[in-house]
Amino acid sequence: MDFGLSEDQLLLDDTVRRFLADQVPIERVRELREKNCPNDRAIWMALAELGLTGILVPEAQGGSALALLDAALVSQALGHAVTPTPFLASAVMAPIALAAVGGSEAFGWLAGIATGDLVFGVAVTELFSVREAADVSLKAGALHGKAMMAIDACTADLLLVAIDDDMLGVVKTDTAGLEITRLATVDATRCTAEVLLEGVTPEAVFEGAEHAIDRMLDAGRIALAADALGACESMVEQAVAYAKQRKQFDRLIGSFQAVKHMCSEMIAEVEPARSLLWYAAHSFDAVPNEAPLMACHVLAHISEIAREIASISTQVHGGIGWTDEQNLHFWFKRIANARHLLGGPEYLRNRAAELQGFALTA
Amino acid sequence: MELEFDARYEAFRMQVRDFVVKHKPPKNWGLSDRNNADRVAWLRLQIEHGYWARTIPKQYGGYGAEPDLLETVIMDEEFNRAGVPRGMMAQGPSMLVPTLLNHGSEEQRRRWIGPTLRGEVLWCQGYSEPGSGSDLASLQTSATEDGDDFIINGQKIWTSTADQAQMCFILVRTEPDAEKHAGISYILLPMDTVGIEVQPLRTMSGDIGENSFNQVFLTDVRVPKANVVGKRGEGWKIANTTLEHERNSLNANAEGTLMRLARLMNNETMGGVPAMASPVYRDRLMKLQARALSMKHHGMRMLTCSLKGESPGVAGLVVKLQNCQLNFDMAALALDVMGELGALYEHTKYERERGYWQAHSMFSLGLIIGGGTAQIQKNIIAERGLGLPREPKPAKV
Repeated sequence: MDFGLSEDQLLLDDTVRRFLADQVPIERVRELREKNCPNDRAIWMALAELGLTGILVPEAQGGSALALLDAALVSQALGHAVTPTPFLASAVMAPIALAAVGGSEAFGWLAGIATGDLVFGVAVTELFSVREAADVSLKAGALHGKAMMAIDACTADLLLVAIDDDMLGVVKTDTAGLEITRLATVDATRCTAEVLLEGVTPEAVFEGAEHAIDRMLDAGRIALAADALGACESMVEQAVAYAKQRKQFDRLIGSFQAVKHMCSEMIAEVEPARSLLWYAAHSFDAVPNEAPLMACHVLAHISEIAREIASISTQVHGGIGWTDEQNLHFWFKRIANARHLLGGPEYLRNRAAELQGFALTA
Repeated sequence: MELEFDARYEAFRMQVRDFVVKHKPPKNWGLSDRNNADRVAWLRLQIEHGYWARTIPKQYGGYGAEPDLLETVIMDEEFNRAGVPRGMMAQGPSMLVPTLLNHGSEEQRRRWIGPTLRGEVLWCQGYSEPGSGSDLASLQTSATEDGDDFIINGQKIWTSTADQAQMCFILVRTEPDAEKHAGISYILLPMDTVGIEVQPLRTMSGDIGENSFNQVFLTDVRVPKANVVGKRGEGWKIANTTLEHERNSLNANAEGTLMRLARLMNNETMGGVPAMASPVYRDRLMKLQARALSMKHHGMRMLTCSLKGESPGVAGLVVKLQNCQLNFDMAALALDVMGELGALYEHTKYERERGYWQAHSMFSLGLIIGGGTAQIQKNIIAERGLGLPREPKPAKV
């Protein structure tokens, strides 16, 4: 009986956090927001050298074949540092989907993911939320339609596209007929795009891919929850640090109960959520029949506490927290964008209920 | 992550399960059964087999095994599964016994621990006073010297089971001139001493709550100095070890309550439609389920820390705050699901589950306040967990 992180996991966590603190400080994030896509290849290749792009890629394809809990720790560290990377799409969702469908083409791409030379985006929003009549379909071997809020697509080499509800396609981003346009959100640290497909010839189409789709979404949701929790951790740390140095009425504001209780309420949400995240990520590999439910609950729950924490941390900072210069807003906006990226809390709770047979029609 | 128990523990689990099946008592024993010889016999049998007082030394009436947290977890799980109480949930075993083991004299240990564990002596806790709640150390009940005795005068409140207890462990001020934390002593007081008057304090949950609450008035109550535990003036320190035991014992089976709530929502209908089929109620249930799952796994994380002898740090300080509020919120949803019938009480016609959810709601609220209010918990989290500065003391006027 040992519910916690292993020595290796603690080391991984420490390594990634040190690397990000050193190589991608907030000043670097500020620079990247000026670019069309914040996902920077140099950062990505440095992560590849640490073995992180292939963290979920099988050993046969050159990856480190670690568990989703390991990937979640990396994701959490990236959220903590608000680092712009295609980690969610290229290191978590695409590898899980490609490994699930299998075959020589998929294995080839997995090898490219592991080295960092191939970056994947994912256009899968329509699996859980259709807006603006978006829809991608396969007609006579070619892809047509529109996908919204595709993740990490702008500077990707390849795109994993959901077709109808049960197929996955892979397209090269420089293929004729494909148009990717950045949809800038409040969050300058994550890339989202509109993808238009007008008779695009796919590299591959995987039919009957329901299982791969489910696993991809479960893994993505757990990793995104980890990212948001990492952002929460940082916002709590920043609020506590500020409360220890800011004085008003001749006192450190952290000595006022009103401020203390705001900080206590934040950490009281973060710590149990961390335990939930560990179990959800653990279940993905060790108790797979529980993973769909845990993925829904962990992302819905962390999305809810994250919005509160983002608000409370900013309030602890007072007026300065509301300025661009203070940087706190990078975390606030990362949390705000993550909330609906792979299904919002209401959607996820509805699905959690259905997974347990709690049906709306008696 | 390794969530299985190893083979030795699984063997232990089977042993406990066999015992419970073979010896399961005919009914649950409540505190009102304290004089019931059957209950004492059942506690004795558990001690004999090592399923109660397992780690208490033999010479004090326990079983004498080495402490092993996983064995405790397994015993709790198996007794729970069978719906049988393990040992006795009362302040004597959970608070006085650990205190005596840490601070009591050899004579006090030999005299009190065994009978307390066997349910032969019931204790109440004389801590809070009308003017001393969160600021417990400001307590004013006085004990003045008279030869070999102390004479106690004052008033205690929120005294659970004082109307049934034979003994009270009480905090009194023995050194009126000392600094407030340094003037307190911890004394063992027989409740049949002349000058003690117990008045029941009816709580908001009426007669349905599991605990009786009381006020205790003490007028010229004579108690031998030999009944002091530890040294005079060290009562505050001694009481604090006991308070930690209290906070640790406030565990909640959130997942069990959540499943009970889900069953209610499947059974309770409005216009023929189950509450579970309402998207609004169902969404609230799912929110609570995520919180219950968080606290379940958080509990496993805390257990792992204890097994490894590591401090969980701030993660441990948030448990009471979260579990108590979660219990209250689960009861709130249950009451909303029952609608206007949710207010039925005292075994009225149409009442659901014999008033369980109203009682649970009010009992949970009591726990949010008791054993250190939520606000005191938040101060502790902020100061000890996050290192925020203490509130400056106001200048004396």
